[in-house]
This record gives sequence, C-alpha cells and structure tokens, in this order.
Amino acid sequence: MQTRFIGKPMPRKEGREKVTGRARYIDDITMPGMLFGATVRSPVPRGRIKEIRFDPQIPWDEFTIVTAQDVPGSNYVALIVNDQPYLADRLVNHAEEPVLLLAHTDKYLLEEARRAVRLEIEPLPPVFTLDESDEKKEIIWGEDNVFKSFLVEKGNVDDVWAGADFIVEGEYRTGAQEQLYIETNGVIAVANPEEGVTVWGSMQCPYYVHKALIKLFNLPEDKIRVVQTETGGGFGGKEEYPSMIAGHAALLAWKSGKPVKIIYDRAEDMAATTKRHPSRTRHRTAVTRDGRLLGMEIDFVVDGGAYATLSAVVLSRGTIHAAGPYNCPNVRIRSRAVATNVPPHGAFRGFGAPQSIFALERHMNKVARAVGLSPEEFRRRNFIREGETTATSQVIREAVDMQRLVERAFELSDYRDKQERFARENESARVKRGVGFASFMHGAGFTGSGEKYLQSIVGAEATPEGRVRILAANTEIGQGTNTIFAQIAAEALGLDFEQIEVAQPDTANVPNSGPTVASRTTMIVGKLVESAALSLRQTLQNSKLLADSYSPEDFSRACRDYLAKYGQLKSFSQYKQPAEIDWDDEKYRGDAYGAFAWAVYVAEVSVDTLTFEARVEDFVAVQEVGRVINPTMAAGQIEGGVAQGIGYTLFENVVWRGGRMINNQMTNYIIPTTADIPPIRVHFEEMPYEHGPGGAKGIGELPMDGAAPAILNAIENATGLELNQIPLMPEQLMEAFRGEHA
Amino acid sequence: MRAYLPAYELQRPASLDEALRLLASAPGEWRPFAGGTDLMVLLEAGKLEHRKFFSIWHLDELRGIEETIEHITLGALTTYTELQSNETMRREFPMLCVAASETGAIAIQNRGTLGGNIANASPAADSPPALIVYGAELELVSARGARWIAYEGFHTAYKQMRMEPDELISRIRLPRASAGDNWKQYYRKVGTRKAQAISKICFAGAARLGDGQIEEARISMGSVAPTVVSCTKTASILRGRRVNKETIGAAQGEMKKEIVPIDDLRSTADYRLQVSLNLLEDFLLSLER
Ligand SMILES: Cc1cc2nc3c(=O)[nH]c(=O)nc-3n(C[C@H](O)[C@H](O)[C@H](O)COP(=O)(O)OP(=O)(O)OC[C@H]3O[C@@H](n4cnc5c(N)ncnc54)[C@H](O)[C@@H]3O)c2cc1C
Repeated sequence: MQTRFIGKPMPRKEGREKVTGRARYIDDITMPGMLFGATVRSPVPRGRIKEIRFDPQIPWDEFTIVTAQDVPGSNYVALIVNDQPYLADRLVNHAEEPVLLLAHTDKYLLEEARRAVRLEIEPLPPVFTLDESDEKKEIIWGEDNVFKSFLVEKGNVDDVWAGADFIVEGEYRTGAQEQLYIETNGVIAVANPEEGVTVWGSMQCPYYVHKALIKLFNLPEDKIRVVQTETGGGFGGKEEYPSMIAGHAALLAWKSGKPVKIIYDRAEDMAATTKRHPSRTRHRTAVTRDGRLLGMEIDFVVDGGAYATLSAVVLSRGTIHAAGPYNCPNVRIRSRAVATNVPPHGAFRGFGAPQSIFALERHMNKVARAVGLSPEEFRRRNFIREGETTATSQVIREAVDMQRLVERAFELSDYRDKQERFARENESARVKRGVGFASFMHGAGFTGSGEKYLQSIVGAEATPEGRVRILAANTEIGQGTNTIFAQIAAEALGLDFEQIEVAQPDTANVPNSGPTVASRTTMIVGKLVESAALSLRQTLQNSKLLADSYSPEDFSRACRDYLAKYGQLKSFSQYKQPAEIDWDDEKYRGDAYGAFAWAVYVAEVSVDTLTFEARVEDFVAVQEVGRVINPTMAAGQIEGGVAQGIGYTLFENVVWRGGRMINNQMTNYIIPTTADIPPIRVHFEEMPYEHGPGGAKGIGELPMDGAAPAILNAIENATGLELNQIPLMPEQLMEAFRGEHA
Repeated sequence: MRAYLPAYELQRPASLDEALRLLASAPGEWRPFAGGTDLMVLLEAGKLEHRKFFSIWHLDELRGIEETIEHITLGALTTYTELQSNETMRREFPMLCVAASETGAIAIQNRGTLGGNIANASPAADSPPALIVYGAELELVSARGARWIAYEGFHTAYKQMRMEPDELISRIRLPRASAGDNWKQYYRKVGTRKAQAISKICFAGAARLGDGQIEEARISMGSVAPTVVSCTKTASILRGRRVNKETIGAAQGEMKKEIVPIDDLRSTADYRLQVSLNLLEDFLLSLER
C-alpha cells in the first residue's frame, strides 16, 4: 500500500519545543498568589495514629493545614476498590502514607515545617513480603490479604501428571522497580466552591484524575477540570498516582482559597509513589520424551503493597501472559495479588507481564534441559500457530510464525556461532561469555471486555485556520502520541502533516478516549482518530463544501467555509469491539486481546569472574508488531524498553528496610547509563493487523518483557549457573558461583 | 530542595590571604566551598549541617599544575577535567587520570576538584587510593603559614583528618620517582555500572620488579574501611617475592587483616572482601602479563 505518512519517520510534533526548552512542564508554571504544598508522611509501616504534634518553633498560623477531617467529599482515591484514603485517618498501612498536608508561600519554610510535625503512631505488626502475606502471618487487608485472584483453566491439567515422561518444577522471583521518569510527579490546583476544582499536571490519564476528584469533592462532573501539562515520562508511574497528588493540591487549594503547587523531589517521588509489583511464580510442567508440552500448572503471586490500586488489573495481565506463546492442551493458572505494608505497587510498563514472562522463559530453558533438547528446539516443538489456542483458549487468528522470528533473531545475532565459540573460549577465560534468548508475546489494548466497557471516544474538529484538530484524552508522555495521531489523520484525509493539530488533553475540551496505558493508544485510540477524521470529511462532503477529490488547500477552504456557515465542526467516533472478540469475565476465558505483538530477543552477556559483574554486550530484538507507523519512534520504544529491561535485570535493586525504600536517590538506586547499554539492534516484521490504524498493533510494553529472561538465559549459557531471581546483582552472582564450587 | 536556605551563608574572599584570615578569625566556623559537587548534594537533601561557607573557586593561588624534575604539583582546585588533559599526568600518573575519568560525568569532572575529593574524606572517593600509591603529599596553609605532610595517614578515622580548623589544602604534590616506567600500575573501580557510580571497591596498586621479583609494592583501597586504606602490610610481604600461588595466598591473608569492609545499602561486606582479594590476585598476575 502506497502511503504518505504511515510508515514514515515523521519528526515529533512537540520535538522542537522540547529541545529548545520552550515546552512548559508543570514546575515551569506559576500563578499569582500561589502557595507551595507539602505532604507529611507516616514514618512507620503500620499503626494507629495517636496524636499529631506541632513544634512551636514554626509560625503555624501562616500555614494552611489539611487533615482527613477537611475532606469535603469521600476520603478515598476512587479507582477499582475504594480502599486507599487520600489522608490516613486513624490507621496507617504503609510507611510514607500521607497523613497531613501543609501549604505556605515560602517553600523553604514549608520544608522546615514538614519536618516539625511529629506523628505519634502506636505500631501494629507489619507484613513486608509477599510470602509472609501469602502465608497469612498477619491479616492486614480484608479477610485474607488477597486483593484479587484469578483462575484460568484449559483442558484438565490434573490428568496429565501420571502420563508425563518428565515433570519439571521451578520457582522464579522478580523485584520491585522504580519507573524513574525524568520529571517527578507534580500538579497545580485551583479549587473553590464557586468555580469548582481545576488541576494542571504531569500525568498519563486525565480522566482517572477527573473521576477521583469528583468523589473527593463530591462535585458534579462539570465542576472538575483536569489538564495535562507537558509530561516528562510516565512508564505507568503516572497512571494512578497523579490522582493522589492532584487531590492533595486541590484539598490545600480548597482550604486556602489560593492556587497550590505540589512538586515532589526525587527522594519523595522514589520513596512514596508506586513501583513495579514484586512477584513469585511457581511452575510445574508435564512434557513428553520428545519435548511436547502436556500440561502447565502455574502459581503466580504479586505483592500489591498496602492498597488495592491497580493490582487486580496488573495481576490479570500477568496471569494471561504466564503461559506465553506456546501451544499446551492443559493449563491451570492460579494467581493472586496480596497485601503488604509497603507503599502500593502500581502500573509499570508491561503491567505484570514482564514478571510472569520472566518466570516462564527461564522455566522453558529448564524444561528443555530436562528433556535433553536445546532451548530453541524445545520451543520450536511447542510454539503456538494460527488456529491453536492460548491459555485462555483464545484462538489465534493471525498467521503467527514464531519460528521465523527465532531464525531471524539468530541470524542477526550470530547466535549459533557465538554459542559454539564462547563454549570453547570460556574454558580458560576469566570473563565468561554467553548467549540466550526469550520468545514471548504481548497483548495490546485493555484485557478482555475492557475496551468494550471503556467505550472510548475521539473527536476531530475543524479549526478557523482550516486545520483539523484531534480531540483525545490520550497523553503525549514522550512516547509520540501527538505525532502518531497526526500521521494517522493526515494519511486518512490526504492532508499535510502540518495540517493536523493535537489538542492539549483537557477534560473540559476533549472526550474520554480512555487512559494512556496498555499499549492501546496507537492501536485502539489511533483507529478512532482515523474514523473521527474520516467522519469529519464526510460531513464536509455531505454539505457539498468539499468534492470527492480535493487538494489540502481545498480541504482547508472547506473547513473555513463550514465554520463561517455553521459555527463549528466536530465529529466523534466511539469504540466498537470487533464482532469476533468473545471474552468470558467469569471464567477468564476467551479472546483476552484483540491482537498480540510477537517477539524473540537475544542477549549476549559477559560475566567477569573477578567482580561478578554481568554485562550485556549485544542485543537483538526481533518483533512482529503489525504495521509500523513511525519507524524512528517505534525503534526508540524498543530500545528504551530493552534498556529499562536491562536495568530491571542487572542494576535496579530497591533496598527495603522496615517497609521503606532506603536507596531513594539516583546515586544508590542505580539504573544503567548509556555506557552500560549495548548496541540494540531492532528488527520489525510487519504483518498488518486489520483492526489497527494503517494495520498497526501496540508495542509500548512489549520490549519490557524480553530482556530479563534473555539475559538470565545468556548468563546460564556463560556460567552454567541457574539463576531465577532478578534483579541479579553482583553480590548474588558471587554467592551463586560459590554455591557451584562449594 | 530540602534545606532551609536562609539559614546558610556564603562569602567570597578576594584573595587567599583574606580567606585564611577569615578561617583564622573563628576557627571551625567557616569552611571552604570549592566545586560544590559534594556540598550541593547534601544541601539539596537537607543534610548539610554546617551553615557558613566561603567560596574558593575563584582563588587562582589554588589552581594550576606545575612540573619540576622531582615533582608534579597540583593546585587543590585542579578539576578532574584539567587532570586528565595534562600530558605528564597521563604519561606518569595514569591511575589518577583513570580515577578522574571515572568520576561522575563531564559536568562533575568540570567542577569537582582534587582538594575537595580529599577533604570530603569519603572512604569511597576514587582518587585517594591512587594518591596514596603515588606517595602524594599535601600542602596545608593557614594564616600561620604553610606545611607539607604525607597524604598517607592524613585520614585518621571516618571523616577525620590531620588538618587544623584554620587550615586549607592548597596543593597536592606527586613525587615523579614514585611512578614512571619501572613501575607497573593497576587501578580498578568496581561500581556495578560503568559510569556515574559510587565505588563498592576501589583498588590501586603499583609494583616495581627486578629479576622477576617484586622489589617494592604499594597498594591502597577505597570503600573497604572507614577511611581509604593503605595496605602497607600486604605490600611489604610482597617484597622480594616472585608472583606465584604462595605469594598470592600470603598477600591475600595479609589483606584480610588490613581491610574491614561492611554491609551497607550499596553492597555487602562479603562481596567487598571477596572482590578485594580477587583484585589483589589479578593485580599480582598482571605483573607477569
Ligand atoms: C553526580 C556526582 C557524581 C560523583 N561521582 C564521584 C565519583 O565517581 N568518585 C568520587 O570520588 N567522587 C564523586 N563525586 C563526589 C565529588 O564530585 C568529588 O568528591 C569532588 O572531588 C568534590 O570536589 P568539590 O570541589 O566539588 O568539593 P566541595 O563540594 O566544594 O567540597 C567538599 C568538601 O571538601 C572541603 N574542601 C573543598 N576544598 C577544600 C580545600 N582546598 N581545603 C580544605 N577543604 C576543602 C569542603 O569544605 C567540603 O567539606 C560525585 C558527585 C556527584 C554530584
């Protein structure tokens, strides 16, 4: 198909503003009379608040002070389960939990004041780990510490064990991970009974914040307005958390009658906001002598932290991805999200899938070894094909060819040659080398009926300049939303790229096109952009202002003529689920996702036996993602996701003490620098997806899934060590070497 | 910014003399502020307890690199960037240049100073092990005059130094005989990531060989004790030995007694000890390579 914009490396819409420093982030914005806000947080993980004491050194009468008693509406962050208070009232359930808010014009004095509030809390016994919670050592949430559980059943796994030639078991663990967006969380709020509540800030999902503020203030929808300002990264970390900080700023603004700005510094952002859910996965697998999967039993647990937040949804995605791109007739996956007394874990690129895929792809190597096959041959015998079904019994209707991706990835990475050469050289080498890979898939869009319930709407509007402006709540957070939307609309309408504008997400001005999460923005919302744009053109043509064939100038003129005649031109398009998608929410069975992206990633590593440092030396990422809309940005997504995955695997270690992150600085929570990232060679296979705009599928989360298992598989190849936990720090690698030689 | 800024004072004396007079006027009350790369981190975190500072950044008396036949003398304000771009330093004192190139990133290297690195007295600082191996000397100045002391032994306990409250470090002197062609040098910083890392272990070693035997060796390590340590006993038992299994074992046995690594949020005592011993072995083996 001949295209003008789809598949072209169009430059970022807002790129110039960003690189010249003109883009205005929330901390660049100020308002007359504005106060600064700060949060007083619990120092203990669990307890009963006895007293709040104010050091008399501070002129408290100059401060606005807000506690749970000042909440005008309901004191909870409205999301899935409304269990998380904006401000702890009697009980605290995690360290860093917000208890009290302060505002003042002098931000330095504010900081002094924050430290001068003493919380007297009578401690209750806390639970810090997933295992303790799962064993119900102490009940800290609900009746059983369980936020949510799922059961996926396919075939009958109980019948397979007796007839299996091999039964292979394994346990796998992953740690927390900090999103570490460059711009920390921040908002400004204006709130009073006359005008209602308006919040500007750094966020992914304006309508989540909108929904939460309606409850917090008990105000009608139209009295709440949420505006996304230029946002310096999210990675899921600005999915649910902005509802919290927005509510806090708004409460202070409401009480003081002045605009209030809250910006977290890095230390607060790292200690108090969400991180990736730690996990534990247990596998039990039945295989035949010739390496065919007979049955898989998987137990997947994630640590949700102190409140439910999005754990149910994270768990869902992790559960569905737990059995991967393999054809196995009998599968049972049991999963649960459990409570601990640490700050709630939350959305993070991949959303549960990187955790369960890590476990699976390590386990597949173990099963291969048990059967006596190479990891690639074992997988080849079990890869899912068109017409076969996933763990949720979803019939694959795409012509997926995982084996071709393997071959391509092996070719690009020189996998076989390297494997042979390293095996020879490692004998005498101090630095051991190895190669490993992972094969996986990632579903795009909301799970199951999620998109149906969301009923996202996108608008297209003609501007007085004769351009088309896209109205959507999906946010540009560095990933390229603006550019992709403009490419899709320009292509659909046959206009110039510059003729498309993308409106700033503002709930007073854009419809609810759903959250910017789940790799859905391009595939789901992009499709709505296309149809909204086409229906706008239809209106122009129906009104006879635009002929069937037209130039970009004709189109502009038609828009202007239409506005002159009728005042305004807006058209909207709402999501309709493709007819063949069928999902059973009760049984957790059916079409979990409209489409999957498929991938094979190969890592080459070196392990220095002097320092026990493992490094990724080369990386090849091959994926099938439907049609690529913008090759530069798509490759950027993959490279960034792989880099984040390398951090997840070898560098990023959240150090907990008493339920608090104690390395909440970039000095001690180490993420890889460019010097630690190898060349990442990205290759796309393109098979257009019929329901995606221009044939596109989602890719934002996919690259987060593959690095960890590929790297640990490569380390196993280099050292013979079977390591099943990440992050894998040099300290653990040392212990593993010792265990081996003991 | 967690510090209460109005509580801080920063002065800018016009000359070194004026700076020293300020120091002498109330010893201990005023402290120097050089590149600020350590101090600003503390200030930002609200952890800078001392409140009164004077800038020395502009004092040319504390800058510059001088060469004589015996010494290279570095002003205390010599930055990591200046260090690495000096030809003689690169040729004769490569360990210090590697330390400089692995310190922070470019912005920090442009601003961070050698004097600041020493006086900040972090056991994890990266240039001190190299300075000790090179037998560096420090010039301390005060309104009372100037004196030279050996750098080895300067740090007496965690954050404690042999420097009076009215003194400043003005220069750092490296004897050229301590380096050069007949010395084999080995420097390794272990920080898990390749750049912008705080050392978990930092190892500097140098040895002179004659007739296949070690005539003299010097070893110093960072991040394995409350101060940077000079492993004098380990070095001295190497004298007169050949590099072989026994020598390595004996040296490792001594090193175990000389370092006292701990568990902290960056690493474990166990790891630090093991890797220190491994690096010692690698250093000794490198003498043969
Ligand atoms: C991002 C980052 C990365 C870093 N990476 C590293 C690293 O890899 N390795 C490493 O070793 N360090 C590192 N540092 C720490 C720091 O950059 C160095 O210690 C630097 O050398 C300090 O020099 P300065 O001039 O900036 O010191 P300042 O911050 O100005 O001062 C530090 C201390 O020394 C005192 N002082 C300064 N000059 C004198 C003097 N002439 N006489 C007496 N006292 C004096 C001050 O009073 C203060 O107590 C890093 C810092 C940052 C922010």
